[in-house]
Amino acid sequence: MASKISGGAVLRAAARIIVLLFFLFPIFWVFLMSFQTNQQILRIPPSIFFTPTLENYTALFSGRLQTASGSLDIAFIKNLLNSIILSSCSVLIALILGVPAAYAFARFKFRLGENIAFTLLSFRFAPPLLVLVPLVAYFQMIGLSDTYIGLIWVYQLICLPLILWIVRGYFEDISPDIEHAYRVDGHSWAKTFFKIAIPLARPGIAAAALLSFIFAWNNFVFALILASADKQPVTVGALAFVTSAGIQYGIIAAAIVLSVTPTLLLALYAQRYLVEGLSLGAVKG
Amino acid sequence: MATLVLDHLNKIYKPRGRAPVKAVDDVNLASADGEIIGLLGSSGCGKTSTLRMIAGFEDVSSGTIRIGEQPIQQTAPARRGVAMAFEGYALYPPLKIEDNIGFALLRQRMPRAEVRKRVRDIAELLEIQPILERYPPTISAGQQQRASLARALVRRAPVSLLDEPMSQLEPQLRAILRARIKDYLAAHQMTTVFVTHDQTEAIALADRIAVMEKGVLQQFASPAELKERPANLFVASFIGEPPMNVVQAEIGTTRGARVVQLFDRAGEPSFTLPIGGLGQDQIPLAPGKVILGIRPHRITLADQGLQGRIQSNQWLGDQTHLLIEVNGIPLTVVTHRRIPGRIGDNLAIEIPPRALHLFEPASGRALLHGGDAVRAAA
Repeated sequence: MASKISGGAVLRAAARIIVLLFFLFPIFWVFLMSFQTNQQILRIPPSIFFTPTLENYTALFSGRLQTASGSLDIAFIKNLLNSIILSSCSVLIALILGVPAAYAFARFKFRLGENIAFTLLSFRFAPPLLVLVPLVAYFQMIGLSDTYIGLIWVYQLICLPLILWIVRGYFEDISPDIEHAYRVDGHSWAKTFFKIAIPLARPGIAAAALLSFIFAWNNFVFALILASADKQPVTVGALAFVTSAGIQYGIIAAAIVLSVTPTLLLALYAQRYLVEGLSLGAVKG
Repeated sequence: MATLVLDHLNKIYKPRGRAPVKAVDDVNLASADGEIIGLLGSSGCGKTSTLRMIAGFEDVSSGTIRIGEQPIQQTAPARRGVAMAFEGYALYPPLKIEDNIGFALLRQRMPRAEVRKRVRDIAELLEIQPILERYPPTISAGQQQRASLARALVRRAPVSLLDEPMSQLEPQLRAILRARIKDYLAAHQMTTVFVTHDQTEAIALADRIAVMEKGVLQQFASPAELKERPANLFVASFIGEPPMNVVQAEIGTTRGARVVQLFDRAGEPSFTLPIGGLGQDQIPLAPGKVILGIRPHRITLADQGLQGRIQSNQWLGDQTHLLIEVNGIPLTVVTHRRIPGRIGDNLAIEIPPRALHLFEPASGRALLHGGDAVRAAA
């Protein structure tokens, strides 16, 4: 029996292709740009056919950028290292603080508990600029300005609410009776937390950590205002490629490809956990 | 083996923005060494809250819990000497069933060979040997429940707490396991408290049953006493299947003889039953309104007696449940004979004095049990 393809199905397929192109084409184009010289990128009309070059990547790794007005030092690898330090340490500290807090919010009902949890979440809603101006002043006063510790502290505004809310949903999903059984079997409260609650919530903790890492990695504005050149992550470091000799599109594209790669690989590796984490934690009321 | 005492135990929940809820209201209960106690009641009656306070998962609002001579309400669950089977099973997902069951024994540093033997023995008792190598998520709810039960029983703790231990089991298996578990508990002199809403299970397993309603302990007695001497109307109606017939009535005198006048659902006088034989000297009864309870099993079919009309007739394989309307009052009757009558047929019944239970209308308190009175008169 011959199958019929309806007009609606064709339209749906066309809509899917348009949406895919809309989101993926810029990424694809940036990827192509990273293998082109500035002249190839700026030619009119643009073309997807070109002779690829690795000079953008070479410049990033060597730290020397040749421009029309001369040679320029760039600190991309340092920026990459900063991104790794800031994101990893921020997530680590957010996990140390956020997981026990999430457990407490999930298991114990206490006065103002919901209000405190919501206040922490509201840090995600507030525009960063709202807190940045006073933070600059405070950080200069207490000597945290332009330090890793200061930046990691501020990054908790990004990481802590995410971890708290996603992991809380996971803990709420685990029957407290499993922990009760462990306690009746002769173990302390602390041991129950570390040996039962945390291992059972591990997928949620992993998802929350990954999401936090991605959000921290992609942050721009905190580091732009609070860090000088030697503490800046890749998102801010890319600004250095806007030079007096013009905008270095090829190098910017290569920097984007390199800076996106770790988070993209992490996201692809842990896609299942991310979906679970969002559906069980963040969406749950 | 230990005694368990609940002394004026109270549990009040204080939900935010709502009125406090008294889940357990001044419960007093004391077990003997090795006694099996059933906490029986409908959902929300406070039985599970009581059990969880004994285990240490709920704070005690006031009162004392003692295991042996030791008050334990401030003691951590790990040091109370209790083992518990959970209604939701609460097995450790990453451990095999065998490891789940033996977990606490290994924690007590019992030799592995001994643990293995104990685990195998309890698994055989509960018919879960084939699943010992499996993981909790891969077995059925009934198997998980038996594994949870095994984990509690294998410890032979001073007090074992079982929360709805057989609710997921098929009736046939439940009946077999009830007998085996009772033997096991008796053999090891294990003081046990179990929660159930299934009165058959409570009657079959418990030495004494604590009937609870709205957080209040209504009666704590042996199964036989609960049936024959219910403390109040709630216990009388709750215990027994089918439930006790309950009729509005009044104590009075007819031609010099003491009678109880029954009223139909419209409040009109129906028939009377003589209670002169109940021995009024031994158990005085003032004239006035009462509630009359009659157990369906105590009503007998007779050639001559109160004439009624069959409203339903169900043969359940080993007994007949009849609903007979006698002068406007529907009465459930149970007999172990098969009754050929059809709906609308007439049938005579007899209600012997020992079948009567009289309760105070306002409080529901028991005033007289026919069986007691007949024995006293004899």
